[in-house]
Amino acid sequence: MKKRRKFWNTVKIPLFAILCSLVAGGVIITATGSNPFQAYYALLQGSGLAPKASYANYKSMLTDFFSYVNYFTPMIFAALAVAVALRAGLFNIGVSGQMLAAGFTATVLVGYSGLGAVLAKPLVLLIGMAAGGLTGALIGFLKYRFNINEVVSSIMLNYMIQYVVSFFINSSYVDPVSRQSVEISAASRLTLMDTLVGGQKLDIPLGILMAGLAVILVWVLFEKTRLGYELKAVGCSRSAARYAGIQVGKCMVTSMTISGVLAGLAGVTYYLGYVGSIQPKVLLSTGFDAIAVSLLGNNNPFGIIFSTMLISLMGKGSTYMKSRAGVDSEIASVITGIILLFSACNVYLKHRLEKREREKASGGKEEK
Amino acid sequence: MDIIIIDGLSFALPLFIMAIGGIYCEKSGVTMLAVEGLQGFGAFTGALVAVLVSGFFGGNSPVPFYIAMLFAAVGGALFALLHALLCLKFRANQVISGVVINIMAMALTAYLTKLLNRVLFGATSDKFVLSVSSRITVPGISRIPVLGAVFTNLYPFELIIVAVSLAAWFVMYKTRFGMHLRACGDNPHAVDAAGREVGRIRLAAILLCGALSGLGGICFAYSISANFSASIYVGYGYLAIAALIFGNWRILPTLGACLLFGFARSGGYRLVQVLQMPSAYQDLVMILPYALTLLLLVFFSGQNGAPRALGEIYDKGAR
Repeated sequence: MKKRRKFWNTVKIPLFAILCSLVAGGVIITATGSNPFQAYYALLQGSGLAPKASYANYKSMLTDFFSYVNYFTPMIFAALAVAVALRAGLFNIGVSGQMLAAGFTATVLVGYSGLGAVLAKPLVLLIGMAAGGLTGALIGFLKYRFNINEVVSSIMLNYMIQYVVSFFINSSYVDPVSRQSVEISAASRLTLMDTLVGGQKLDIPLGILMAGLAVILVWVLFEKTRLGYELKAVGCSRSAARYAGIQVGKCMVTSMTISGVLAGLAGVTYYLGYVGSIQPKVLLSTGFDAIAVSLLGNNNPFGIIFSTMLISLMGKGSTYMKSRAGVDSEIASVITGIILLFSACNVYLKHRLEKREREKASGGKEEK
Repeated sequence: MDIIIIDGLSFALPLFIMAIGGIYCEKSGVTMLAVEGLQGFGAFTGALVAVLVSGFFGGNSPVPFYIAMLFAAVGGALFALLHALLCLKFRANQVISGVVINIMAMALTAYLTKLLNRVLFGATSDKFVLSVSSRITVPGISRIPVLGAVFTNLYPFELIIVAVSLAAWFVMYKTRFGMHLRACGDNPHAVDAAGREVGRIRLAAILLCGALSGLGGICFAYSISANFSASIYVGYGYLAIAALIFGNWRILPTLGACLLFGFARSGGYRLVQVLQMPSAYQDLVMILPYALTLLLLVFFSGQNGAPRALGEIYDKGAR
């Protein structure tokens, strides 16, 4: 009973945030002359959670749903990356850059190599983890050794990675037609594209299995291991952790490394899974949206699954919403922004809720 | 050489004015990562107003530009109100609040630009096209070798920025308000004991930061792209923050940092042109300001002059 109450209390605030922003979004949609219910339903239809009126050959609701899963797999990794850093009191705003670094390294080393699928796919994952982890570790090291604010250093790295990758793509790996990097080999791709299953063409994302595993591992790390406990202690109070004999510097570097590894996985599942090429000079918004997703999920690995599915719903369904309900697809990111605004206030809301409950509890005692 | 100075200055000065905004906010004890979003939103309101009023003036009239600057400052300040609300009233984590505001600004301006273009002008476009700002050359002084380049081909906004930043310097270091503001960042309890309201001073600082950031934003919109679109968000706001950290939260050293960024950037571009390298190398040159920042931070972040109460939520009852 008590446990259930605690669970309800943690879920209450995100739900409140979502509800408020859906209402706010609905008001905007109505004001621009469209039907908000139709627009929201179109979001579900576009993500394969509700049936569309008609489908093309070999396509069904399941096709849309698999494509939706394929779309949100990188986001789970990215949000986990943000959460691991946040739990240790660090703000990894460089997830997008780490994703790009991992995606590009894996693309060049494996994507163009012609290796067989059995060898290529695990290699992609390993290289992605290594590239992302190294970038994350660098940020942690700069913070620990030179006291450089991790936000500033990761933003600088974001831009540097973006321009370096764009330079290499434009000078060596560019596809003259699409103006993107040359598409990677099917063997190294983490998503089995257009696979015929039971008469339907599906994009089967293998990364989702890894994502599930990562969620469990992160949970185990924070709830069951000593390292996770130390990370959380550093996140709560650096000075208290230092007095308790925890090596704060080491913990910061470790958490940024883990965060980078997860971001690297997000990178390979995006660049070598959801899409098969890299667009030069573009930094994904995934890494920034992941901050929202992580906050909304209370930085809890299992909470992140749900918040990922929700926020990705906005991104995935918005194209269909535009064609179906005539609502600008940009409204989806506005709603995401409003959700974020409310979740940023969660400390205050929690404080108010607890205060009200305490007052209620003390009032009840007086009656007795 | 002249081109490097001219282009470097027109990049460094808007950066500088945004960094001053950041200094005001951080000196009052509120972490400011929202400069990027604030400059974007400021540029958005400025550009919108400029497009709306440009019909009333002749083709080459500079008046819409000055009106745009004014409204950019107002727009930036209004959006900064959101940061104030989150940080002061709702006691949100100031780093998170800053990032949220950046995301919100990008989403909102992208949406509104499209919507307003359709509703007001009946056009499907995701940008507001601005006229190219005219340039002025000060006669006489501009003839001086090397130094004269500083006075050649100036954007009018560069003069305004110099004036505003002088005023900002004066207010920060020579007035009573400036002293209270700096005290808020180091020891808010002392300010409270002296009978000033910490919240009110911080609110003023955040609003000022928004206004100055908006000013910087519209200058970038006029000088670099001559339109307002999502391309305004290329990280100059974050660069301004790096500049102020590098400048140790003081206005004059920050100017040095901004000039360094500006000249590194324009110098790099010039190098690519002079050596006639393929255009892909421009991407490599673009790294220069960022790499320089990181490298310099390695050497300079040891002498940490951050305000002592930076990022702490002021609690009257705490000791």
